[in-house]
Amino acid sequence: MEQFLQQLLNGLFQGSIYALIALGYTMVYGVLRFINFAHGDVFMLGAFTAYGMNKVMGPALASMPWPVALILVLLVSMVACAALGILIEFLAYRRLRNGPRLNVLITAIGVSLFIEYSAQLLFGATQRGFPALIPREAIANTGGLTISVAQVIVLVTTILLLVSLRFVVMKTKMGLAMRALSLNPTASTLMGVNNSVVISFTFGLGSALAAAGGILYASLYGGIDPFMGIQPGLKAFVAAVLGGIGNIPGAALGGLLIGITETLVRGYSDKVGIPSGYSDGVAFVILILILIFKPSGLLGKVEREKV
Amino acid sequence: MKIRHFVFSSAAVSIAAALGLSGCKKSDSNVINIGEVAAMTGTTATFGQSSHNGTQMAVDEINAAGGLLGKQIKLITEDDQSKQGEAGIVAKKLISRSKISALLGEVASGRSLEMAPIAQAAGVPMISPASTNPKVTEAGDYVFRVCFIDPFQGTVMSKFALSKGWKKVAILTDTKQDYSVGLTEFFKKHFTENGGTITGEQSYASQDKDFKAQLTAIKAGNPDAIFASGYYNEVALIAVQARELGINVPLLGGDGWDSDSLIEVGGKAMEGCYYSNHFSNEDQSPAIQEFVKKYESKHGRKPDAMAALGYDSAKILFEAIKRANSVEGPALRDAIAATKDYAGITGSITLDAQRNATKPAVILTIKDGKVVYTETITP
Repeated sequence: MEQFLQQLLNGLFQGSIYALIALGYTMVYGVLRFINFAHGDVFMLGAFTAYGMNKVMGPALASMPWPVALILVLLVSMVACAALGILIEFLAYRRLRNGPRLNVLITAIGVSLFIEYSAQLLFGATQRGFPALIPREAIANTGGLTISVAQVIVLVTTILLLVSLRFVVMKTKMGLAMRALSLNPTASTLMGVNNSVVISFTFGLGSALAAAGGILYASLYGGIDPFMGIQPGLKAFVAAVLGGIGNIPGAALGGLLIGITETLVRGYSDKVGIPSGYSDGVAFVILILILIFKPSGLLGKVEREKV
Repeated sequence: MKIRHFVFSSAAVSIAAALGLSGCKKSDSNVINIGEVAAMTGTTATFGQSSHNGTQMAVDEINAAGGLLGKQIKLITEDDQSKQGEAGIVAKKLISRSKISALLGEVASGRSLEMAPIAQAAGVPMISPASTNPKVTEAGDYVFRVCFIDPFQGTVMSKFALSKGWKKVAILTDTKQDYSVGLTEFFKKHFTENGGTITGEQSYASQDKDFKAQLTAIKAGNPDAIFASGYYNEVALIAVQARELGINVPLLGGDGWDSDSLIEVGGKAMEGCYYSNHFSNEDQSPAIQEFVKKYESKHGRKPDAMAALGYDSAKILFEAIKRANSVEGPALRDAIAATKDYAGITGSITLDAQRNATKPAVILTIKDGKVVYTETITP
């Protein structure tokens, strides 16, 4: 029983990372009806920005109490990646906005590959050790279960960001503009919304979330390399679809479900009969099942086209 | 008009063909081309970089001494990016385009297994510096290796664990790597036949980052030690996460751990862990210390086993070329097969009938952030 609880906890924490990345996917899709495949790579760049910051400002960061250092690194990376996201949107996606959906999708894949291989060229493909921004220690064992400080921070940060995002989207003017844009781009311009600004803001926000996800992921798992964004990005995409793409709570729910299922399959591989090496496949099997039985996702609404 | 067009286009085609075909020139008559396949980038990049450094050192030495058979040795290195599939492609490229006389590589068994049938079919002798999976040399009589094989290496860690009184061991295997799967199999066999019990077996895939699920399951079995037969990049993360879960028993492993990156990424979590390897750079014998000094002055850090094996594999090839007095496939193959008592940096190398070397293994441990020699186990 204790092992089961521990595995649940493991899954919860892993799921919160997927949820964080899924938030970015789902938000961009919700506003723009476009899946930004380069999201996983902004995630990677966020981690590398933090690594770079640590290299440049190492001693200064070490002298601060770690929560302050963490927040500082998070803020700087989020701002940097938001700017990067806006740049990507401006260079790669803006011109294609009025074209067929497929073109932008393929461009997104191209941007993703471009970022990955440029990073490999610039940083080398060897895995680097990520500085321990969050102390990798276990909290005094709470009744036989082991939770590390890093895991708790990840969960807390994910919840905070989730709540802030919901606040931005529901209660601010910019959020109102984003929702208007997602309902009908043409009508929103008639209402005085500057589409370009809103779209750039959406990308910036999504990229900032990806950067935060990247830093937390790297703090949890310790190693960074130019291709680290592929797997989590893919699983987060599945999580977003699972929860209903375009739906923010759905992304969080999807992330948690995928994280927990994957961990349970891995942990109980001998009892379930699936070798733990195949746990990656579980996420994708879930995706297929959801798309067959409830294509709009768990919390999504089926959009009927009104003629 | 038509004739002029025809003459012009046929001239253009022949010029293009000439330019294109000039790439496949007949082997330059004053160099011997030796191909090398190494993982210079990617997840196991230190393997390729180290073995390449060692090989290049041997090539530079022999060229400075006048080359072989009156010709200079040209080392053509191809990067397989640590990717399964890529090794075969670049091996084919080296054989057909660069007209190599021999092939050096790879370190990782999975990638060597890919290259071996290609070298065998082409009749190009291949020497692997560090692949330990027995199936590599089974590909044919043109494939050799200068290191020990996993049926022996598996028993090394098993003997060591039993000697330390660790009777209950959990196993964590990388199912995507032939090396890891093979090593686990041989360890398990020896360990269970000699009184040990396996408390649990878990697996992961290369490039996984999270092992908490597997480690939690392993923790429940309460082992005395964990045998992690994979490569250094995942093992470092496994160690860190194991310590986070409160698992404080030592980790045991094989030569796939051998990399500076292990301690760089694993840090304190690697303290007190043990792994088997081909050579220790602390060995005080003059030949080894001379090699260590030369390597350190050139590359700024001490050589690891992959560098030493890269060096030995190249030197054995050169000795064979000298003995055969030719670089023709069959003659070179026979000369390499006749290698006997070659005094290598990694020990005395004699190639047996299966084209493997029988050598002692050293056990290394990590103490105070450094790799320290513990003991030697002979076959």
